[in-house]
Amino acid sequence: MKRSLFVLLSLLVLGSMAIVACGPQATPTTAPQPAATQAPAATNAPAQPAAKTVTIGFTSSQTGSLNVESTRQYNGLKLWMDQVNKAGGVKLADGTMVTFKAQTYDDESNKDRVQQLYTKLATEDNADFLISPYSSGLAAAAAVIAQQYNKIMITTGAADDSTYKQGYTLVYQAYTPASHYLTGALDLLAKTDPNAKKIAVAYSTDSFSTSVVNALKTYAEGKGYNIVLFEGYDPATTDFSALINKIQAAAPDAVMGGGHFQDGSTFAKQLFEKKIGAKFVALLVAPPEDQFSQLGDAALGVVGPSQWEPQVNFTQDSAAKAGLTWYGTTGADFTSAYKAAYNEDPTYHSAGGYIAGLILQKAIEDAGSLDTTAVAKALDNMDILTFYGHIKFDTSAASHGLQIGHEMVYVQWQKDSSGNLGKQIVWPAEGATAPALYPIP
Amino acid sequence: MGNLFLASLIDGLLIGFVYGIAAMGLSLIWGVMDVINLAHAPLMALGMFGVYLLFSSIGLNPYLALILIALIGLIGGVAIYYIAIHRVLSAPPLSTLLATYAVNMIMIGLGTAAFSTTPRNVNFTLGSIGSGDLTVQSTRLVAAVVATVVTGGLYFFLYRTRPGKNIRAVANNRAAAELMGIPSSRVLALSFGLGTLLAAVSGGLIATFFPFTILAGNAYQLKSFVIVVMGGLGNPLGALAGGLILGVMEGLIPIILPNSWVPVLEFILFVIILLVRPTGLFGAKK
Repeated sequence: MKRSLFVLLSLLVLGSMAIVACGPQATPTTAPQPAATQAPAATNAPAQPAAKTVTIGFTSSQTGSLNVESTRQYNGLKLWMDQVNKAGGVKLADGTMVTFKAQTYDDESNKDRVQQLYTKLATEDNADFLISPYSSGLAAAAAVIAQQYNKIMITTGAADDSTYKQGYTLVYQAYTPASHYLTGALDLLAKTDPNAKKIAVAYSTDSFSTSVVNALKTYAEGKGYNIVLFEGYDPATTDFSALINKIQAAAPDAVMGGGHFQDGSTFAKQLFEKKIGAKFVALLVAPPEDQFSQLGDAALGVVGPSQWEPQVNFTQDSAAKAGLTWYGTTGADFTSAYKAAYNEDPTYHSAGGYIAGLILQKAIEDAGSLDTTAVAKALDNMDILTFYGHIKFDTSAASHGLQIGHEMVYVQWQKDSSGNLGKQIVWPAEGATAPALYPIP
Repeated sequence: MGNLFLASLIDGLLIGFVYGIAAMGLSLIWGVMDVINLAHAPLMALGMFGVYLLFSSIGLNPYLALILIALIGLIGGVAIYYIAIHRVLSAPPLSTLLATYAVNMIMIGLGTAAFSTTPRNVNFTLGSIGSGDLTVQSTRLVAAVVATVVTGGLYFFLYRTRPGKNIRAVANNRAAAELMGIPSSRVLALSFGLGTLLAAVSGGLIATFFPFTILAGNAYQLKSFVIVVMGGLGNPLGALAGGLILGVMEGLIPIILPNSWVPVLEFILFVIILLVRPTGLFGAKK
């Protein structure tokens, strides 16, 4: 009796856990950001210009596995909003001064919640524009809603190419697409050691990471590399020992892949502890994060692609040389403002949040109105250089909104003369702050 | 291939010891008081955070921290028993299930408020043993040794001490034990405390080599259910054996199949055991 009861209850518990894992979860939402006060008159005209507050809707992952990156993205976006509101807002063609307020919720790193909440943002909260949640998977879920309700959405932290190949016309990508994430690391390896030919690829099976490594595999095979292992792991994996044993058995020159911060940092730590003997390790997302240095010696030599780093120095001069229009703040000013606001160095996720706001601001300025069609046209025509890099969108029907201007940089954790770990830019060569450490110790 | 098999087998066995003691806590509580403890997951997570906080704030060695965590786990478990379980113990089984689920939700809520769900990492390493393909993380080796010592200690306690014998007596026949003058309420509280101690210690051990959040216990709780059914309901030694089997499966399956097949095969095994041998591979035992 007791036994059958246990069996019954065990099945019930497992069943309910499965339902909870698959289904939407009820969670409290965060309090909306307070609306910005009306912009002060910033004009010489005697009459007070009209003022309008625009609602920017988005979710962030205040809980769940994407919390680290998403929080930084949120912080960057909030910094942009605070700055633009403090400066008086954006002036439309009819003289109306527009300030911004955020309507935001916790998506719990959960795709189902994202769809519920973006529907709410579009229909109940009447958000004027949308910014994507962090991560390709969540952004893809939000993009469907944005298009359905005719809302422009700037995606950030969402590199997966496939989102922009669905025929959407109102979704615009701030990040370099996933297909370019690790190809530069391969170029770095080719330049550093032309004899290294065996690559093991271990990756998180989420859509972004899969998109990255599929592009990497095609690129690597095209360049004559031998992919000795190509295997995915669940994004929630904490124990990589079985996978690392397989990598060791394949004896690769380089290990590439990863996923997001949590799994990537764990993978790097266990690669180090298992002494795999690879000469080169390049992982997604985790290495550019400052917290990665908490791994100590396990972080040493690990390369990671980054959308932006504080050392990257785009200026008005570089814009003029490239024949582009310069827009917005400088990298140094963004870094110092971010540090002042959050008492930490910005990462590329922070810059990604900020740039999403800046892109929207520029588009509204160029359009001179808040009309969706006009702002979308301004985004289609955008071709600017910012502290974050070049911003230009694909306008073809096949991949409308895909980012085609921005390019990645590659960082590597190295020790300075005092033995302290620090990030160095090692690729592209013209922007490198230090030569690559190879092979890794 | 030989080295790959051996390395995977060793890794699987080592993690299996930790799975084993996590499941032992669940098994003990079920075996003695017929309660499925759904608060097992956050109790493990609190063990993880205990090690993390003691290590990062005062630099206490994680293995010394485990002693303190075990003590807190024992006392905390007794407290949870008296607050949430004791009054509903004689009610229909669903009541105890809901009571422990409520404790689970409270602890997850408080834990999320206190620690958020940002991943934490105990920046502690003992290096590795071996070389080449056969390299074993020392923290896993120590965890397996600690798990073995804890198991031995539990068995010594249950079979060689009076309170332990009282627990076994209550587990076998609560009414008869009470007639013999055994204070069953205190024994049940002690049992819940011991189960909590095992959950917290296993969580603390996991924290020495894996990152975690306040939600990290859920995956291990799910594994614990599989292990308890595999090892035999209410049979702590069977739980350890079940843990080892599960660990070895997790180590060896990826040699021939992609990693993502591991949970699929684990739960297929779970269902097969429920259907074919519901007493578990090692039989139900008190």
